[in-house]
Amino acid sequence: MLRENHRGFKFDWIIIILFLLLVGFGYLNILSASHVGEVTNYFDTTQLYGKQLVFLGLTFVLVILILSFEAKFYERFASIIYLVAILALIGLFIFGKDVNGARSWYGIGSMTIQPSEFAKFATALAVAKYISDLQTNMQTIKDQLRVTAIIFFPALLILLQNDAGSTIVYLAFFFVFYREGLQQIYLIIGLSLIILAVLGLKFGILITAIIVSIVLISVYFFRKKKRGSILQYILVLLISIAFSYGVKLFYEHGIKPHQQNRISLWLRLEKDPAKLERMKKSEAYNLIQSEQAISSGGFSGKGFLEGTRTTGKFVPEQETDYIFSTVGEEWGFLGTSFVVITFVFLIIRILYLAEAQKSQFSRVYGYSVAAILFVHFTINIGMVMGLIPTVGIPLPFFSYGGSGLWGFTILLFIFVKLDSNKINEW
Amino acid sequence: MRKLLLLATVLLVGLVFIARLFYLQVYNSSTYNIFEDTAIRKVYNYPKRGYVYDRNGKLLVANQPSYDVMVIPREVSPLDSLELEEFCGLLKITKEEYAKKLNKARNYSPRLPSPFVPQLSKTDYAVLQEKMRKFEGFYIQKRSLRFYQTSIGANVLGDLGEVNRRIIKRQPYYKLGDLIGKQGIELSYEDVLRGVKGIKFIQKDRHNKNIGPYKDGIYDTLPKPGKDITITIDSDLQAYGELLMKHKRGGIVAIDPQSGEILAMVTGPSYNPNLLVGRERNKNFSRLFRDTINMPTFDRGLQAQYPPGSPFKVINALIGLQEDVVDVGDKFTCRMGYYYGSRRLTGCHHHRSPVDMNAGIAQSCNAYFVNVYRRIVDKYDDAGKGMNIWSDHAKSFGLGNYLNNDLSVGRKGRIPDGDYYDRQYGDNRWGSTYIVSNAIGQGEVEATPIQLANMAAAIGNRGYYYTPHIIKNIEGDTIPKKFKTPNHTTIDKRHFEPVIEGMFDVYNKGTAQSLRIPGIDICGKTGTAENFIKIDSVKTQLTDHSIFVAFAPKDNPKIAIAVFVENGYWGSRFAGRMASLMIEKYIKGHITRTDLEKWILTHSLENEYKKPYSGEPFKINGETTLQVIDEYSINTNSELQNLNY
Repeated sequence: MLRENHRGFKFDWIIIILFLLLVGFGYLNILSASHVGEVTNYFDTTQLYGKQLVFLGLTFVLVILILSFEAKFYERFASIIYLVAILALIGLFIFGKDVNGARSWYGIGSMTIQPSEFAKFATALAVAKYISDLQTNMQTIKDQLRVTAIIFFPALLILLQNDAGSTIVYLAFFFVFYREGLQQIYLIIGLSLIILAVLGLKFGILITAIIVSIVLISVYFFRKKKRGSILQYILVLLISIAFSYGVKLFYEHGIKPHQQNRISLWLRLEKDPAKLERMKKSEAYNLIQSEQAISSGGFSGKGFLEGTRTTGKFVPEQETDYIFSTVGEEWGFLGTSFVVITFVFLIIRILYLAEAQKSQFSRVYGYSVAAILFVHFTINIGMVMGLIPTVGIPLPFFSYGGSGLWGFTILLFIFVKLDSNKINEW
Repeated sequence: MRKLLLLATVLLVGLVFIARLFYLQVYNSSTYNIFEDTAIRKVYNYPKRGYVYDRNGKLLVANQPSYDVMVIPREVSPLDSLELEEFCGLLKITKEEYAKKLNKARNYSPRLPSPFVPQLSKTDYAVLQEKMRKFEGFYIQKRSLRFYQTSIGANVLGDLGEVNRRIIKRQPYYKLGDLIGKQGIELSYEDVLRGVKGIKFIQKDRHNKNIGPYKDGIYDTLPKPGKDITITIDSDLQAYGELLMKHKRGGIVAIDPQSGEILAMVTGPSYNPNLLVGRERNKNFSRLFRDTINMPTFDRGLQAQYPPGSPFKVINALIGLQEDVVDVGDKFTCRMGYYYGSRRLTGCHHHRSPVDMNAGIAQSCNAYFVNVYRRIVDKYDDAGKGMNIWSDHAKSFGLGNYLNNDLSVGRKGRIPDGDYYDRQYGDNRWGSTYIVSNAIGQGEVEATPIQLANMAAAIGNRGYYYTPHIIKNIEGDTIPKKFKTPNHTTIDKRHFEPVIEGMFDVYNKGTAQSLRIPGIDICGKTGTAENFIKIDSVKTQLTDHSIFVAFAPKDNPKIAIAVFVENGYWGSRFAGRMASLMIEKYIKGHITRTDLEKWILTHSLENEYKKPYSGEPFKINGETTLQVIDEYSINTNSELQNLNY
């Protein structure tokens, strides 16, 4: 401690400032989105904005707590933290509380806690711990399977609790694996599968097959040296067709109707005007309202607490998943681009610091933090603006809710702590 | 490379988001308009529209409440068949109409309110109001409609109609479903009568519930009531004029020469102004408007432009005196017409010859005025110059151009000048003999009845007139200055006396001897105008129009009047009689010559008007017989009677 003191404040200033900007701006928007009439008491804990203020206060306590632990603590206890998180998720099946059809909450008195928000940093710690083991080699199938298992358990548990949105977040670890040595072919296959799925749904199997054939034929002619046998190409084509067909079957029978509708809206598959009209009142309602709210903000917005759609609570869930629509309406393009740029800066700063870490554990953990924040940011804002199908996950530091705020704070500040310790690493 | 994947993806997503936000919020976003914000309910509070009184303080136009069912299509929740049946039953429309109306409103704008069923009756409103809450997206807008206290003066008072989209685009004050003046004083004094509607902005939530005033009501306004106006019309005189005009077509305009105030403005056939109020308005309006034979919406007092005939002769007499080309005592011979060499340029009727100015006017001698007119035009070597001077003099009487007054319609009339004939015949390839018809008010000269009445006022005033206008008083305001300043003619005052004497003798010993009113000195001039129409592209002459122009009393005139009766034959036959009765009615307040009145009321020209449409050959002028009708059928006061159909 003495050594630290004479070097002054050793935590990364930039991350802390960006964090404060996001949390502060987030609070203002929650205030806007949740107030009814004139705000007389900012600490009124019967109101969401009052509760959020309490959460914020506790967040700072939490930050101090996290920073005061020894950095080595997190590495040493990663597995235990992970186990606790898994147990907490399993416990939900017995003690959990249903909210909106998802069994994701523990109820303690009037408070609720959502363990899946804490499982993210726990998984990140476990992944970092495993990959940083000297024995681990991400090029081997064995280690690939094991590390996938680490993320698979929490993801599966969350999916079983009917929270598909939070499950998708675990895809973020793909970026981490890739950074740590996963073969290129996974990236190519992964991208191809996504494209095949979208093509198959949007244009049908036949057109997809034609497109795949064209691509394969061009690959065959451009690869003069290692062409391989034609059989291989035919096999790839057949697998592609089978995959597209599988996706189609899964889309039609494997998912819930509301999820099906969300995808159909995103890909504009629905042509029946009567059904579209019905969707406008259900699945599409939120999206239409939020796009309208954002558009109506124009360049400079209607002003803090002046948004007519925010005040009228036109966008359901506007203080949680759809908080970005409030930013759009009241702060306009200036506010929304500020939020986007701040997030991009934060993620890039984390990436930059992660690469600078001497210990592999810190680097992998930092990378995980960046990837998780990135996936949340992309899915949430993309959904609110109608760029990707509706997936209900919060915007980090912005959306209302104690669990989410604390989960992301812990996630981020463990990295701040690890980073502050890099000078001591040998 | 591996290090860059996530970094590159982050930057890419950031850029895509900024681009999308730019598209949504800057490129694709119009400037914020609270009227298009569906989160804010706009509640209008319509002010009282100003009342209209006649010059004697009699209330002519008041208001009555009306209730419109409005719809905001995107807020309409689909009704199940039971609800639909109930709703349609309440509104008295069919389900098909419901779908059609909703579609129409949606086509206009899904976000803005459109009238769904306008102008409910009070009883329908009472029933509906209770149940309105059940039908999302619909609400009732209270408005006020006109309530005409009289059945006369439809052309004067005008009417209100719903604003169309063109008007809304030009004047954003108006919203779909609002009423605006369409004709008459409702149109010309729209801004005064209308007032300013008040508006309340109310914040809604997504369930369409009001949750309080928007920004504590700082943008809310109170309605400003419209101002009451008093018009110059004497409703008794107007009503009498309309009575006289029954079964005839034509126009009467009476002006107070000392102020330019229009006392009466009659057009026939007319209609009951209450026909154009409420739900029946559209039906009635198209019925009236599409009647291209009777043309009840065509104001013949203001818009009927015809050769004025003989009354125009007095203008030529005045110009002749002013230009010093003729003396009062100069006599001209008339041999049943005017001869140029051996060619007769105009005919004339039988009277003593030669005639001086007084007799020329009193006997309406064509030859006399052709002589005078030729002297004016030929005063200079260049006929064009003479014609221009003549034209300027004539125009100084308010002829040949818009009167620039406060009436919603009008015509320019026509007073040709040298350039006009240069265009017609080629430069300087014409002379006074080409255009002698102008001397007797035929040929190229054209005027409307209101111009002729104004001309009479200018003569009666001995050289000036006030722009004829219809506004007498605006509550809390002044009337435009231009109506208070005299317009002077180019004729010296001294030249008027001999001409006025001639017009006085029209009654004393001339063409209107039979129409004298005991105790009132009237100066007038008869007119008869030939007219033609095309029947199956053959130019066919119809019975002449009967015209009369007069003012009375001779000194300090109180009324100047022009009467014009289509196909009424000679001037004193219909127009003269009617002018005489109107003058007596206005000055004395009652009619002493009931036999004259009865003659007008019992003689109809309707058979005359049917002739061109009969498809059979017909006779005109002297070879026709007058149609006599039962006088008791006149005074029944049903709406259709008023239409004179």
